Amino acid sequence: MSVTLETFTDIAAAAAALAAPGAAYLGGGSLLVRRANEGDVALTHYVRLADPALRAIEVCPGRVRIGAGVTMGEILRHPGLDFLGTAARLIGGPAIRNAATVGGNLYARAPYGDFAVALLALDAVVHLGGRSGERDVPVEDFLAKRGTAFAKAIVTAVSFAVPANGTFRFIKASRVRPKGLSVVTIAAVLDTRGGLISFARIALGCLADRPMRARAAETALIGRAQTPEGIAPALALALEGTTPITDAVASGWYRGAVLPVHLGRLLLADA
Amino acid sequence: MAKVAIRFLLNGSEKAEFVESGTTLLDVLREKLADFSPKGGCLQGTCGACSVLVDGEIRLACLTLAETCEGCTIETAGGLAKDGVLHPLQIAFADGFATQCGFCTGGMIVASKALLDRNPAPSREDVIEAISGNVCRCTGYEPIIGAVLAAARANSTNKA
Ligand SMILES: Cc1cc2nc3c(=O)[nH]c(=O)nc-3n(C[C@H](O)[C@H](O)[C@H](O)COP(=O)(O)OP(=O)(O)OC[C@H]3O[C@@H](n4cnc5c(N)ncnc54)[C@H](O)[C@@H]3O)c2cc1C
Ligand code: FES
Ligand code: FES
Repeated sequence: MSVTLETFTDIAAAAAALAAPGAAYLGGGSLLVRRANEGDVALTHYVRLADPALRAIEVCPGRVRIGAGVTMGEILRHPGLDFLGTAARLIGGPAIRNAATVGGNLYARAPYGDFAVALLALDAVVHLGGRSGERDVPVEDFLAKRGTAFAKAIVTAVSFAVPANGTFRFIKASRVRPKGLSVVTIAAVLDTRGGLISFARIALGCLADRPMRARAAETALIGRAQTPEGIAPALALALEGTTPITDAVASGWYRGAVLPVHLGRLLLADA
Repeated sequence: MAKVAIRFLLNGSEKAEFVESGTTLLDVLREKLADFSPKGGCLQGTCGACSVLVDGEIRLACLTLAETCEGCTIETAGGLAKDGVLHPLQIAFADGFATQCGFCTGGMIVASKALLDRNPAPSREDVIEAISGNVCRCTGYEPIIGAVLAAARANSTNKA
């Protein structure tokens, strides 16, 4: 049975269509059309919003807003988003990057969702639209409720404060290069003052059912030197609160075992 | 089942079709337009055999809905030869034994064309990155990488 597509220019109309059972919002389709190809009978129609605002990237001094329909390929080519290049480049191969949208990545289950890990480290805001008007949700809350309260939401954009130069870091450990699924993905904003770590926000992918913050490790980094000894207490706490996933890429045990190694590399990358 | 009208340019010629809503570009190309150069390997986005260019960008036809390509320019490996003359990539693939069973070849050539159109003098790493979404079960990839580099060299010699 084929799945039909409905295209709207008005977000309220799209939201109304999306509320129907069997409807799903179509981003780039790299996961959703795959579901249809695999014969998922629960999916009966795609809903799409053809609004140029969804494709817009606004880089203002201090803040960036990226439309939900912007693809990883577009992020990679945007001169104002260099710091996000490493994250976007590591998502799929070139063809996937030309389909994979920011909005779809926020819903992608592990081992996918690498860009959502970056957005969590950036403490992004997720902008939702729909029948009840605009709504802004912190990305961490959004990720917690993406399968429940926000399962049928329409993400219109994400926005975040531009991190200070050189403070954003991203690593994706995979078994296949250059294109491989994530064993663990880590994004961080790390700042130092007077040789000591003054700010740390760390997000982990594949360490739970959704990207999660490593809060215990963040706290343990403050006031410490950016040296193997300085970060050791944080690495010891990296697994706190995690429930690493097991899949075809790696076991949960393995993910947990390698997390401190990759986190250490990320934190010391330029030290 | 609802039918929708779609129009696009396929390898330089205008096409107009009525298709069932939600049909993938791969099904339209193969079943309606008899262009069999994009192959349906996995239908999951993992093999790249269905790669085509949509407005110059590489896309997976198996995961792209035909309706989202309304008004677009589509290029496939099947349209590369002009007046019986093979494209430099096709010549390099044949000369370099970069094709064995041929199942991946259309997608590999499209992925390579996407690279050379943007970067006429790619490095080995650029080629590996460009074909990283395409799986080949036969060649072990080395002949393909070699063929893409050879096609780039041939292009630059022809222009010199
Ligand atoms: C071969 C392959 C390799 C991949 N590799 C990676 C990888 O390395 N890293 C990675 O992170 N991902 C990867 N992915 C997964 C996927 O391509 C990305 O996560 C992508 O960003 C999903 O976006 P999309 O636009 O294609 O989503 P879609 O398939 O269109 O949608 C995915 C889900 O999100 C919902 N959705 C999409 N947009 C919105 C919106 N604006 N508002 C509300 N709901 C929305 C859809 O309803 C659906 O449930 C891969 C996929 C494939 C097939
Ligand atoms: S058939 Fe499209 S990627 Fe395999
Ligand atoms: S030549 Fe057989 S899959 Fe590549």
